Amino acid sequence: MTIYIKELRQAFKSLCIWKASIAFMMLVCILLFPEMKGEMDSVSDMFANMGGFSAAFGMDKLSFGELMGFYGIECGNILGIGGGFFAALAGISVLANEEKERTAEFLLTHPVSRFSVITQKLLSVLTQIIVLNLVVVGVSLISAAAIGENFEMKEFILMHFAFLLMQLEISCICFGISAFIKRGSIGIGLGLALALYFMNIVCNISEQAEFPALYAASIAR
Amino acid sequence: MSIIETKKLTKYYGKSRGIINLDLSVSEGEFFGFIGPNGAGKSTTIRTLLGLIYPTSGEARIFGKDIIRDKAEILSDIGYMPSEATFYNGIKVKEIISLSAKIRKADCSAEADRLCERLALDKEKRVDELSLGNRKKVSIVCALQHKPRLCILDEPTSGLDPLMQKEFFDILKERHSGGATIFLSSHVLSEIQKNCSRAAIIKDGRLIALDSVENLSKTSAKRVTLHGVTEIPGSFSARSVEINGDSVSFLYSGGIKNLLNSASALPIYDMTITEPTLDEIFMHYYEKGGEN
Repeated sequence: MTIYIKELRQAFKSLCIWKASIAFMMLVCILLFPEMKGEMDSVSDMFANMGGFSAAFGMDKLSFGELMGFYGIECGNILGIGGGFFAALAGISVLANEEKERTAEFLLTHPVSRFSVITQKLLSVLTQIIVLNLVVVGVSLISAAAIGENFEMKEFILMHFAFLLMQLEISCICFGISAFIKRGSIGIGLGLALALYFMNIVCNISEQAEFPALYAASIAR
Repeated sequence: MSIIETKKLTKYYGKSRGIINLDLSVSEGEFFGFIGPNGAGKSTTIRTLLGLIYPTSGEARIFGKDIIRDKAEILSDIGYMPSEATFYNGIKVKEIISLSAKIRKADCSAEADRLCERLALDKEKRVDELSLGNRKKVSIVCALQHKPRLCILDEPTSGLDPLMQKEFFDILKERHSGGATIFLSSHVLSEIQKNCSRAAIIKDGRLIALDSVENLSKTSAKRVTLHGVTEIPGSFSARSVEINGDSVSFLYSGGIKNLLNSASALPIYDMTITEPTLDEIFMHYYEKGGEN
């Protein structure tokens, strides 16, 4: 457990910054909702009928005029990109940093098996992602209460669960990749997250394009 | 009992050489020196022994246990000081030291405090703010705080000032007299000559000598200095010739009678014959390509 705790402590600052940024942006979005709600009624149809553009961001399936629809589109994009990037970064750097900063020699000459090191590091990444999502959910619920609106709980939970699943998946893929690369890890991680995001857009637009890894993102929309 | 024993230990990095057929044996309670220039394979040997990298062929045992199969067990009784002391960024010295102890599941804060005090190491500083010498000190504390049975030290003194080097060797000697085995890898020969009882010399990945430091210093070669001439007399083989004012100094490894005969014909007014230093022997091994 020592390494698990050490990883969490080391990641604490960066996790806090990510949590704060994502939650803050979502908070702002939700607080904007009452303002937009009135106007949305009239433009909602327009948003839903911009063809490919609407589809790209899932606006054909969700309505801008309802909190859940608005939340799914706006906050979904923020959490999708932000959470995805965080998951990719956390997953790809946790192993690669040991090599990059030459600390592997310190860690691996202690009486601890590599299996245990890897397990503890992976667990710490998964923990960070779960904490990030819990905080975001918390902030969303509080800010929704603040504007006197209610989420449709079933959809809300389903959506966040899908995001969590997607982030866990991305982080695990990156974690796996990072075991094989020596440098350029951050670039690969961010690139992968970005590529998946664009693939999601393509997926939304075209009915033919299907990509299994995107199912999570797509469920949400 | 052999504490470290390797049999035909070989490590290739792809096609490039690490070490070749290394047969090494270190007994319990020895102060063992491991000598070689940069790139000879010292660190490769140590990293293989510690299970950081896997041997290409051959085998090695520490405490009689297999270095691959019983790695974790072996490592809990080893204190290792790497040649490059690098730690996690943004962490304080005391946190690194306690992290190392916690991974070992050992409580050795008293010993850690004692070591920090002796080495004049500030525990409150962040490791990434430390100079090389101070990072080395952190490394020393991490390697010694749990009182290991075997200390493996890879070029430990680089970056340490002379006073700290002395303190460090004092600590090592105390550990050694307390029964610990010390495996000291270095290219500073004087510290091997001063502290070690036995030493191995490695060159281009191969072991070229393994003997007591006394015997290693006692090769047939002598350092001969002739005063009054500035040329090497006769035709005998002389190496590492130094001409200094009116004297000439060289390493001589032939019959002493031959030397005296040649010398008697020269206008010399003084002559000294001494044992070469380990430095010279080292050079001798390296110049001659490892035979002898």
